[in-house]
Amino acid sequence: MSGTNDLYDPKQVAALDPETLDAARADASAAFAGATTLDALTALKPAHLGDRSPVLTARREIGALPPQARSESGKRVNEVRVAIQTAYDERHAVLSAERDERVLAEEAVDVTLPGDRHPRGSRHPLTQLSERIADIFVGMGYEVAEGPEVESEWFNFDALNFLPDHPARTMQDTFHVEPAAARQVLRTHTSPVQIRALLERDLPVYVVCPGRTFRTDELDATHTPVFHQIEGLAIDKGLTMAHLKGTLDAFARAMFGEESTIRLRPSYFPFTEPSAEPDVWFPQKKGGAGWVEWGGCGMVDPNVLRACGVDPDVYSGFAFGMGLERTLMFRNGLPDMRDMVEGDVRFTSAFAVEP
Amino acid sequence: MRVPVSWLLEHVDLPAESVTAEAVGEALIRVGLEVEDVLPIPASTGPLVVGRVAAIEELTEFKKPIRYCRVDVGGGARRSSTVEVGGEHDEDSGTRGIVCGATNFVEGDLVVVALPGAVLPGDFTIAARTTYGHVSDGMICALDELGLGDDHSGILVLPPGTADPGDDAAVLLGLDDAVLDIAVTPDRGYCLSVRGLARELACALDVAYGDPALVGRDLPAPEGEAWPVRLDPSSQCRRFVARRVTDLDPTAPSPWWMRRRLLLCGVRPISLAVDVTNYVMLELGQPMHAYDATTVRGDVVVRRATQDEKITTLDDAQRVLDPDDVVVTDDSGPIGLAGIMGGASTEVGPTTSDVLLEAATWDAPSVARAARRHRLPSEAARRFEREVDPGVARAATDRAAWLLAHYGGATVDPGVTDEGGVPTPEPVTMALDLPDRVAGTRYERGAVVRRLTQIGCQVEVAGADPGDGGSAGLRAVPPTWRPDLTRPADLVEEVLRLEGYAGIPSELPRAHPGTGLTLAQRRRRQVSRALADAGYDEVLPSPFIPPTVFDAFGLDADDDRRNALRLANPLDADRSLMATTLLPGLLDAVVRNVSRGLRDLALYQVGQVVRPGPDEPPAAPVLPVDARPDDAAIASVLAGLPRQPLRVGAVLAGAWERAGWWGPGRAADWADAIEAARIVGRVYGAELTVTADRHAPWHPGRCAALTFGDTLVGHAGELHPKVIEALGLPTRTCAMELELDRLPLVEDRPRPEVSSFPPVLLDVALVLDEDVPAASVMTALRDGGGDLVEDVRLFDVYTGPQVGDGKRSLAFALRLRAPDRTLTLEEASARRDAAVATAAERHGARLR
Repeated sequence: MSGTNDLYDPKQVAALDPETLDAARADASAAFAGATTLDALTALKPAHLGDRSPVLTARREIGALPPQARSESGKRVNEVRVAIQTAYDERHAVLSAERDERVLAEEAVDVTLPGDRHPRGSRHPLTQLSERIADIFVGMGYEVAEGPEVESEWFNFDALNFLPDHPARTMQDTFHVEPAAARQVLRTHTSPVQIRALLERDLPVYVVCPGRTFRTDELDATHTPVFHQIEGLAIDKGLTMAHLKGTLDAFARAMFGEESTIRLRPSYFPFTEPSAEPDVWFPQKKGGAGWVEWGGCGMVDPNVLRACGVDPDVYSGFAFGMGLERTLMFRNGLPDMRDMVEGDVRFTSAFAVEP
Repeated sequence: MRVPVSWLLEHVDLPAESVTAEAVGEALIRVGLEVEDVLPIPASTGPLVVGRVAAIEELTEFKKPIRYCRVDVGGGARRSSTVEVGGEHDEDSGTRGIVCGATNFVEGDLVVVALPGAVLPGDFTIAARTTYGHVSDGMICALDELGLGDDHSGILVLPPGTADPGDDAAVLLGLDDAVLDIAVTPDRGYCLSVRGLARELACALDVAYGDPALVGRDLPAPEGEAWPVRLDPSSQCRRFVARRVTDLDPTAPSPWWMRRRLLLCGVRPISLAVDVTNYVMLELGQPMHAYDATTVRGDVVVRRATQDEKITTLDDAQRVLDPDDVVVTDDSGPIGLAGIMGGASTEVGPTTSDVLLEAATWDAPSVARAARRHRLPSEAARRFEREVDPGVARAATDRAAWLLAHYGGATVDPGVTDEGGVPTPEPVTMALDLPDRVAGTRYERGAVVRRLTQIGCQVEVAGADPGDGGSAGLRAVPPTWRPDLTRPADLVEEVLRLEGYAGIPSELPRAHPGTGLTLAQRRRRQVSRALADAGYDEVLPSPFIPPTVFDAFGLDADDDRRNALRLANPLDADRSLMATTLLPGLLDAVVRNVSRGLRDLALYQVGQVVRPGPDEPPAAPVLPVDARPDDAAIASVLAGLPRQPLRVGAVLAGAWERAGWWGPGRAADWADAIEAARIVGRVYGAELTVTADRHAPWHPGRCAALTFGDTLVGHAGELHPKVIEALGLPTRTCAMELELDRLPLVEDRPRPEVSSFPPVLLDVALVLDEDVPAASVMTALRDGGGDLVEDVRLFDVYTGPQVGDGKRSLAFALRLRAPDRTLTLEEASARRDAAVATAAERHGARLR
């Protein structure tokens, strides 16, 4: 602390007096601390930091001092001014924080209130499944082929090696279309698309054909007259049944995980020879991992290739197909196929939109 | 086909006890038979014995007939522990007292008795108990109580001499057996027999097989004809074998073993003559027919039926024949519908002792057509449709004749009629390594020849070195029962399935370069996603619609949506048409959801509709299948198909925005339906033009036509109140339907130029006649404002006294911006004025 400086005008010295300055600082601190709101704090600011406040008054006096005394006084005044400003800022920060907290608390809402003014819709699980399967095969280089639902018998049966009057024709309970002479049916499978693909496309052909199909089964828990299939066809040089198995194995792994695999049982379809029914090892099967019957497949019958103008001595290939309703049933453990066709929004919306 | 395992095992060289029923089932599955079920005969435990009915006392004091019987259950029968209560067990005669409610037996009959302590299927425990005033010390069993079928018409009476009282009935009944239920695929007709299935089993287990058709029968040497038979070539009958037996005892019962096998195969035993024909059919696969020879008049002629000829078949139905039907006739006319069912006039009856046996090989397609025509899917027809071995006909008649002689005391006539013949199947030649090449593996040397021989082919290997698969060839003559083996591919399948599909390796083919989804396919997926994202739920309604829906929709008589394709055989006669629009199915879904209490609905569907032209399609040519049809032929078939465009439809009902804590909800309205259409349009990069239209089933004042360029794409808006009423829909139900095939398929390659200069925002309010469409005004503002108009948005619509009657005010916000400079207010205002001037010029707009 400096001693009394008798060289100076006592009036001027009074403002720069260290005790006076200390008192001003103490006053300001006490006043700021007493302010409980930002508004009150702001109102105190002119008295302690404004032009007429003691500390600024003191600063103005410094100019009147002899040069050799200015430095020390100036330093002292500035220290006090900074201290008061700091006290103000600190108090301001405290009060701001308090205010912010209060405002945020006041703005709190019940976040559990529903926000579904208009909920998002959903895509039918069969559509999603069909696209998922198609995508797996697109990833293997296949293209997606499509065809009409009202189909010529030549495409639906004749070209697929269904002989006239053969029981295989009646095996697929067919919706016939009037007039009979037009030889048209509601396609009983997606296989006619194979024929279309072979007629329209250049070899080799690798296609999958998803689509809606029809058979005269009454609607019940496990049958529906309108259902969906997806079918695959690969025609190339040197394709073997081992390639069929490899393709289905890859498909099974993509659908049901790395543990999944395929086994083949001999069967009969007019359009394949040899024919097989695949069973898929389904790790998440209801009641424990196990085999599930999963469609049909085989090496494309030479008669089918011939009907499409493909030389069976040069090209060979395989075909496979499965029902989407059935796949969805076992994949999701759904007990009743009727829910898939009745259009109850509660069923569809459970599936939302798969990415 | 149902068949007991024990019967199959009789013909394979394998000790019966060495293989379980499950193993037999699995072996058959391995070689391609669909074994749908392995059904063990339900277990019975405890004392089950043969008894002889010693005495019957009719108890007449009850409402129904009750018998108290004394049954001899063999000398060794022990008193049951509970017998003391009644004491009616007669130690001396060894008989037991048993109360029985059946009446189909007489004293001396052999029956099956469950003694106290026995437990029959269904946990049915037998104990001595007092009933109808007597202690019943056991039960006389009916077939169903023993788990042998569902016959409960009376108790089981065994033929005399089958067994002795006291014999273990469980052994006699063969209760430790199981029945396989096998679905036989259409290519394997020979598997509709024990003969065929046992062969498959022998192949599957790689053991020797004994062909039941080759078992020699002790019969008189053939001499002369059994009956004069003539095959008209039109009948396409391949072979007709007949044999006659006389002096048959018509009362002779079928032996128990035969009845048991018939029962387990699901065939009801009737009489010896009928049972024998059924038995031979099951054993050898040859459907047989037995005529009462005394009722057959003159020569038998096999021919096609004549127009309007009639026959009364065994089921007593009179049937009008078709000229395509093949019939067996005598002088009286048709006496049998070939391969399907015999005639009533020559039926074997309870007094028949002179039997003419027929085993024929019919033309498969003819039988298939006739069975369908007459709706008679008989067991015989099922086999003939799938081809019957022409080589087995003679063995079948001999087998049947022998059984009738052996069990019915008949005399077998030496005459054998055998018309037609057994053509030798065409040999098939194949490269020896073809199975390897198809399977993608290498089978061990000799496997191909061995497997083909195993199924009955006569195989010769030709080529420089038979051991070298590459160059060697093979010539196989298929057996007569395998008409399906005509090509190398057919032989390959036999080798592969018998060697086992499990042995085929798994190998992923080299990836083929694909081009991904087509633009149309991507757009279709995007439409579906866009609508789901916008709040619509996808449904997949059936396309079958009732004709009445068109009236409910209020369609004009000549509306081409009425040209719907008709199904010849709908499941539901009321829904016989294929949908020409997606709306009926979607609206059905609305009604169903509403009926389940779900009222706020936004549903969509993407799918094909069927749009035939007004004229019937022409008769289709039958194209060849042995080579690619020429392009013109294919085109003509394709041209005959109805147009089947891809569409999207959406329907809305109830609230679009729900009421909630945020305030009231908002009902779905016509604008939402039009917006749905716009969402779809935008997927295709097409800004659809909206114009007012009048189009059923929409509300005439709330219907928009949606066009792209000059192409009408579809409609959207609110449905007509009458339609809503007729279909029971919620009020103000809205809908839209677009034909996706009419939207442009252009790769979306935007090249936006984004100006970083500030915009000028100007609002204009225009007063117009209220029938001027807002969309047209917006177009006028854009046109008039020119390229500096970046955006025009309608933000308010006002009608009321301030604008006057028949007028409305439309307020638009314009955003103007220059690409290369800061637009001045003066320049922007000039553009706004030009925009307003164009609206004024085109639509009479004036600034408000």
